[in-house]
Amino acid sequence: MPQEHRLILKHADQPGYTPDLECYLRHGGYDALKKVLALAPKDLPDGKKMSPQEQVREDVKASGLRGRGGAGFSAGIKWSLVDRKSGKPIYLICNADESEPGTFKDRQIIHKDPHQLIEGMILSCWANDVKLAYLYIRGEMPQGAKLLNKALDEARAKNFLGKNILGSGYDLEIYVHRGAGAYICGEETGLIESLEGKRAYPRIKPPYFPAVLGLYMCPTIVNNVETLCHVKHIVNMGAAEYAKLGTPNNTGTRIVSLSGDVKRPGYFEIEVGKVTIGELINDPAFGGGLCDGRKLKAIIPGGSSSKILKAGETFKLNRKGADGQMAKVDVPLLDLPYDFDSLMAAGTMSGSGAIIVLDDTRDIVEALANLAEFYAHESCGQCTPCREGSLWMSKALHRLTHGHGRKADADYLLHIAQNIQGRTICAFGEACAWPVLSYVKKFKDDFEAKGAADEAKAAAAKH
Amino acid sequence: MSAPATTEAKPAAPAAAPAPPLPSDKIKIKVDGREIEVPKMMPNWQGKMEPTTMLQACQLAAHEVPHYCYHPKLPVAGNCRMCLVEFGTPQMGPDRKPVLNEDGSPKIAKSVLPYEPGTPRGAIACATPISPGMEIYPNSPATKQMREAVLESLLINHPLDCPICDQAGECKLQEYSVEHGQAQSRFVEAKVHKPKAVDLGPRIVLDDERCILCTRCIRFTKDIAGDDALGIVNRGSYNTIAAWAEGKFDNNYTLNTVDICPVGALTSKDFRFQMRVWFMKETKSLCTSCGTGCNIIVGSREEKVYRYEPRQNDAVNSMWMCDSGRLNYKWIGRTDRLQKCGMRIAERGMLEVAWPTALKAVSAKLASAPTGSVAVIASARQTTEELFLLAKLAKRFNALTDSVARNGEGDKLLVNADKNPNSNGARLTGIAGPQLGVNLAKIADGIRSGSIRTLIVFGEDVTKHGIGADLLAKLDTLIVSDILPNATTAAAHFVLPGCAHVEKRGTFVNVKGRVQKFMKAVEAPGDARPEWEFLHELVHNVTGQNGFSTIEGLFNQMAREVPGFAGLEWAKLGDTGVTVQI
Repeated sequence: MPQEHRLILKHADQPGYTPDLECYLRHGGYDALKKVLALAPKDLPDGKKMSPQEQVREDVKASGLRGRGGAGFSAGIKWSLVDRKSGKPIYLICNADESEPGTFKDRQIIHKDPHQLIEGMILSCWANDVKLAYLYIRGEMPQGAKLLNKALDEARAKNFLGKNILGSGYDLEIYVHRGAGAYICGEETGLIESLEGKRAYPRIKPPYFPAVLGLYMCPTIVNNVETLCHVKHIVNMGAAEYAKLGTPNNTGTRIVSLSGDVKRPGYFEIEVGKVTIGELINDPAFGGGLCDGRKLKAIIPGGSSSKILKAGETFKLNRKGADGQMAKVDVPLLDLPYDFDSLMAAGTMSGSGAIIVLDDTRDIVEALANLAEFYAHESCGQCTPCREGSLWMSKALHRLTHGHGRKADADYLLHIAQNIQGRTICAFGEACAWPVLSYVKKFKDDFEAKGAADEAKAAAAKH
Repeated sequence: MSAPATTEAKPAAPAAAPAPPLPSDKIKIKVDGREIEVPKMMPNWQGKMEPTTMLQACQLAAHEVPHYCYHPKLPVAGNCRMCLVEFGTPQMGPDRKPVLNEDGSPKIAKSVLPYEPGTPRGAIACATPISPGMEIYPNSPATKQMREAVLESLLINHPLDCPICDQAGECKLQEYSVEHGQAQSRFVEAKVHKPKAVDLGPRIVLDDERCILCTRCIRFTKDIAGDDALGIVNRGSYNTIAAWAEGKFDNNYTLNTVDICPVGALTSKDFRFQMRVWFMKETKSLCTSCGTGCNIIVGSREEKVYRYEPRQNDAVNSMWMCDSGRLNYKWIGRTDRLQKCGMRIAERGMLEVAWPTALKAVSAKLASAPTGSVAVIASARQTTEELFLLAKLAKRFNALTDSVARNGEGDKLLVNADKNPNSNGARLTGIAGPQLGVNLAKIADGIRSGSIRTLIVFGEDVTKHGIGADLLAKLDTLIVSDILPNATTAAAHFVLPGCAHVEKRGTFVNVKGRVQKFMKAVEAPGDARPEWEFLHELVHNVTGQNGFSTIEGLFNQMAREVPGFAGLEWAKLGDTGVTVQI
């Protein structure tokens, strides 16, 4: 029986668990911080010494932790890219601008266990010699910002934060910064611009890689809320023990936001890759299945920008056979393990860990029109293909869903989307093009039928 | 937001700081199949050495990569995507050694979308550094397709109002549409409508529908002019350029944004709707409003000047000029310009006469003037050649000479406190000393005491500089050349109508000693003649010395005779001038 494995959300929903410091301390809070502050330099075989900070960085790398924000990039490698020789301060930013439609995991942590995030941040800052960090929270989460500020005050009062933390000589300050309601602020360089007080226009890479030229042109680490929380558990458990959770290259746990046409929508923390998409949708421990009498139409597997998966699709995945050899195996959609690599192999992504289920009552054209409108509204408008293309697609889909479609609109949409992906400054180009490309390709008949029907109606009206 | 695999390249792990490359370091790359060696580092927009970009490398290989937002003198923005090019880099094996083809040449891995390996992934040439062995394909089908797609996107919401657009004829949208565009639009939706004829500032009008949001204007005013007055409001396709408050885009450099606007979004209130650009003649010239000597292009048609635009000269004005200098041309076309030679005859007053009559009479007067009885006041707005001839004339009489100092406010960018365009020309030719104007009081004293009986004035109203009409009335002979009538021309015995700089050729020496030439754009009105031409005749008549009747010959003669110009030749001044010691 697949089960939740609660690591991050271990206490969050327990009766009586409150977001204040006292409660957090009763549950072993800030023990990880005390643990790292007591670490001694490690002797290496070559006679050199490895600093305690470097040890934690190595642990994070060895744990296999991958970013939980969307790209799934190795957190340890991200940290290792930081320019530590520039002489400039290193900044850390917690990306709490959770705004990918369908995603509601970070807010659980922020609202129910803010100190876990703060401890994760302090550990990550300490490990990277960061003296000043920012917590960039989505503007639409005012309560979360309030809770975090309160939690920071509490941590400061107990000297988990501020000058000379717990007598270690280490200084750190964390500030909460509220966004003003733009999806693009979740893109890390857009976030940095916004934090600098500018319009959240993502930066061109090269040359503005945050690890080298980030906030105020200084080396900067940007990590997701959930990712930073995992650092605490890696410190507590040790890298090797942590890596036993999940599956190889997809270690640890992650919180899945399940929404759409299921009986039990909600968030579920699972070991990465130990639960399949079918189990997440149908198992009583998770989604509990579709509403009675409905059939599955499609799944948006990793937030609204991920490519859609159609019911009945099968995918070629590398699997170890009975003979121990790797071989390509056909895996049906519902048997896909929910992890980074399997979904990538299926041509999509696990993104922010948000699954949206569509049953057979859903009109796929309407669904895409809805998403396209969102992306047209959220395009920052900096670079041409996305600025013009996102609204173009939205207008075409509006037409198609309001009785003025054409049969040729399916190809028209593919053409527009094809000219956006891979040609923009940031990944928003993909975010707005992928839904269009995948929905239209996989449900072309639905699009063409709708357009043809409108054309027939228009032709009849002419006569 | 969720972040799918990033579009741009991942950073390389920062290696241990490598030794900074020498300026001579070169990289071998291939552009459109041809191998070329390009410098590893090239100057960026500020002139600082930075890794050479694909765009710079393509330029060196004589491949112009189309672009809108990129401007060589502005920070790189990378937003228009017009310069996307397909490229490849040497493929590396697991041993970090290049993989070789069967013929031993390095195998090139073309850049592709990580999630769709069959589709090329372009890079923006303006911001992507080259690397050894890189191959750039500026003309490949994939590159062309990317350009066409960007251009299509830029045009879908554009009003396509070229017939009534001031930019028509010098518009990058038009130019690239010819090269990369499609004759028909696929776009069947309603266009986005945005504000028209927005009053951005006292000299600038904005048409937001024509704007392609390249942000050149924003970057210019923030990073060059130092006035963070412009920005973008709204988002997505509704993005709109705006000043921080309506009409508040008002620094002395705003009109440069009209020049660098690649489309017809920003127009000059002064120039809009005045003349179609393709009818205009373009003449290389100089701005005369201060001692900086900004290089300009004079736009004229049928003997009328319509506009000044800056012309690139990195030793002087980069690619910019100030608004006050740019708009200081209207006086050239004034209807009260002096157009006839005048000669005052007792009882009959001022008579209009022809040049031969006037010059003969002036020559006769001067020929009989005793040494020491003549003074010359020559404006530092006259050309160096004219000042040189006036100095020759003055020498014949051992005359007191000077120019008028003209001081005002300067700024940090281009405007100089010296408002004369040729103060250094006056100094180098000996008309004036280091401090302009110190002799004026001596000349006034000479007139008052009666020792100075003849005064020659070129281009100044001396009544405003300490030599009033009462003093002028004491002179036996007052010979004046000017462009516009004033109190001094009114008191003159002889009036010789001169030319504005756009009506003649010559040189000015700017505050830093840059000797720069300017060319003739329009004919002078009426009988007005370039001063150097009739000065050449006067000098011959009065001193008996033969001179040159061409500006080239005159300049070269001056270079031989005046030590400050030693070694110069007209032909060697080029379009951007030569600096001399001052």
